[in-house]
Amino acid sequence: MVAFLIRRLGYSVLVLLVASIITFVGVRETFNPLAKYAFSKDRTAVARAKHSLGLDKPLMVQYGTFIGKFVRGDWGTSSRTGDSVSSMIGPAMLNTLQIIVPGILISLFLAILLGIYSAVKQYSVGDYAFTGLSFLGISMPPFWFGLMAIEFLAIKPKEWFGTSNTPLDFIGLHTPGHTGVFNGDYWQHLLLPVLTLTIQSIAEWSRYQRASMLDVMSLDYVRTATAKGVPRRSVILKHGFRNALIPLVSVVAIDIGALFGGLVITEQIFSIPGMGKVFVDALNAGDAQVLVVWLLVTAFFVILFNLIADLAYGILDPRVRLA
Amino acid sequence: MSLDSERPQEFRSEGERVHELAGGYQGDTLPQVETMQGSEDEQARLVELGLQAGAEPVPRTQWQLFRRRFFHHRMAILSLLLLGILIVLCFGARWIAPYPKNDQNLLAIDLPPSAQHWMGTDDLGRDEFTEILYAGQTSLRIGLTVGLLSTILGTAAGAVAGYFGRWQDQFLMRLTDLFLIIPQLVILAIAIQRFGGTAVVVSLVLAAVFWMATARVVRAQVLSIREKEFVEAARASGASSKRIIIRHILPNIIGPVVVAATLAVAAAIVTESSLSFLGFGVQPPQTSWGNMLTTAEQQVGTPQAYLMYFPGMMIFITVIAVNFLGDGLRDAFDPQSKD
Repeated sequence: MVAFLIRRLGYSVLVLLVASIITFVGVRETFNPLAKYAFSKDRTAVARAKHSLGLDKPLMVQYGTFIGKFVRGDWGTSSRTGDSVSSMIGPAMLNTLQIIVPGILISLFLAILLGIYSAVKQYSVGDYAFTGLSFLGISMPPFWFGLMAIEFLAIKPKEWFGTSNTPLDFIGLHTPGHTGVFNGDYWQHLLLPVLTLTIQSIAEWSRYQRASMLDVMSLDYVRTATAKGVPRRSVILKHGFRNALIPLVSVVAIDIGALFGGLVITEQIFSIPGMGKVFVDALNAGDAQVLVVWLLVTAFFVILFNLIADLAYGILDPRVRLA
Repeated sequence: MSLDSERPQEFRSEGERVHELAGGYQGDTLPQVETMQGSEDEQARLVELGLQAGAEPVPRTQWQLFRRRFFHHRMAILSLLLLGILIVLCFGARWIAPYPKNDQNLLAIDLPPSAQHWMGTDDLGRDEFTEILYAGQTSLRIGLTVGLLSTILGTAAGAVAGYFGRWQDQFLMRLTDLFLIIPQLVILAIAIQRFGGTAVVVSLVLAAVFWMATARVVRAQVLSIREKEFVEAARASGASSKRIIIRHILPNIIGPVVVAATLAVAAAIVTESSLSFLGFGVQPPQTSWGNMLTTAEQQVGTPQAYLMYFPGMMIFITVIAVNFLGDGLRDAFDPQSKD
């Protein structure tokens, strides 16, 4: 177990390192930090900026300097705002986690519930209904869903019922003047963004859960359990469900990366100042430093989730030997 | 690492298939014995399976079996028809569209949908239906190009990696690992920013990322097939690796490849529109369903909200149809599914 953990950690660090080199070079090649000096009347401006930014050194040396500072917590400054990048990423990450953590939990809960229901009641009306719905969910462009949700769950109801406020808020995480997380204002702000973020994963994950549940339920030991008189309920929950969870874990781990992508869209629609907004602003402004740090921080989180999934895999399935 | 583990590509499980093979019987009741002398359908099926005394099984080629199964998948046929209509409408827009492209009519701005303007008009008096058809050209072209390119690339890479193993395989798997840890949307946005937001660039960049999913599917399939006896037989009789891959392995994995292609088409259309929505996809004056939706985004809650309904609906309908088509093809290619 410990050996496995060490090897996995080593591999993760390696992947992260290679990813950092690629993103660093890629972003540097894409954006020219000297562009804003191009029209300067001061002819030495470009050369001076080049020197002060360390751009006159070879690319690999620049990378070395960058990564050295990065691991020591010095993430540089944004060329757009002049703020330190860590002071931008920190609060943004906090906002993002408020969407993504409930998002993952709710998706998992619903997907597992729907998956088990559909598998246990295979070919029932409910199964067909959820199959149809999941097909729609998988095909749904997420941002369109977000816009339609605003239109039909927030704005139109206000007209229909003649209320003075929309029943659900869709701008930011708090109404101006409100703070804190233990109040209705915060939770109803959260509802639409989380729904938009999760619609696709609920649809997709519930299909996996259904398929793997069906696989498990047709295995011999499940039949044996039924035959020896174990109540249906515990056959489903103890024999079926626990083992059917295993494939889902790896699917979810892979999808975490995609969720971060979906977050960019969700935050844009609902004006949430999170990581997605930081990314869009940085890309629009060609803010290379912020982009590289952003990519590395996201990659770090994705790798972390993968590591957790691997460990969960080993705990859930004793047949997988972590060595 | 779980990045190594394959995602199950199919929603339908083995267990489900077994049920279907058993005639779709459910629950605890056993299939009734009467069905052995049941309806004519059942009789025909038994004859076909050669289960009835003296009956000759009807020989069918793979292609006939495929066609039979595919045409029994009603949603897939419907989707194919719908996609055909969409393609004809969009690419024939020059002749079909009710108004010329980009035809501004300031006397008819912001009109809601009516008999003259099926999807209404925008703030410059352009007919929304016409604009949708022209924008569809871009969206569909991107979807189809990406589907084709990523399938060719992914199949080639996956086959080589799966067949040869060793460093080719290591290289493919590590490369895909790398791309899995950075959100795709973000890589694509940066790449498009770098190379410019034309439909051609967007297609190429999407294909450059999407082939990896196909490659993983193909690799997994090749890994299992290369151990089969007929491949060994081919190798023993002196066939070259190239011949084995092309003549013996690829025809056997055509099903998963085609399904992966449909998934790529659907993903390309949605991803392009997501990128356009963020402002990093196809740039105006070129229009796509995605960037039409971006323009209409501000109309949320206004009387012109219909401008936002239609482009999204087109994407939604297209993607559903492509997904159903993929589902039908998967069933049709699956030798284990019932006729």
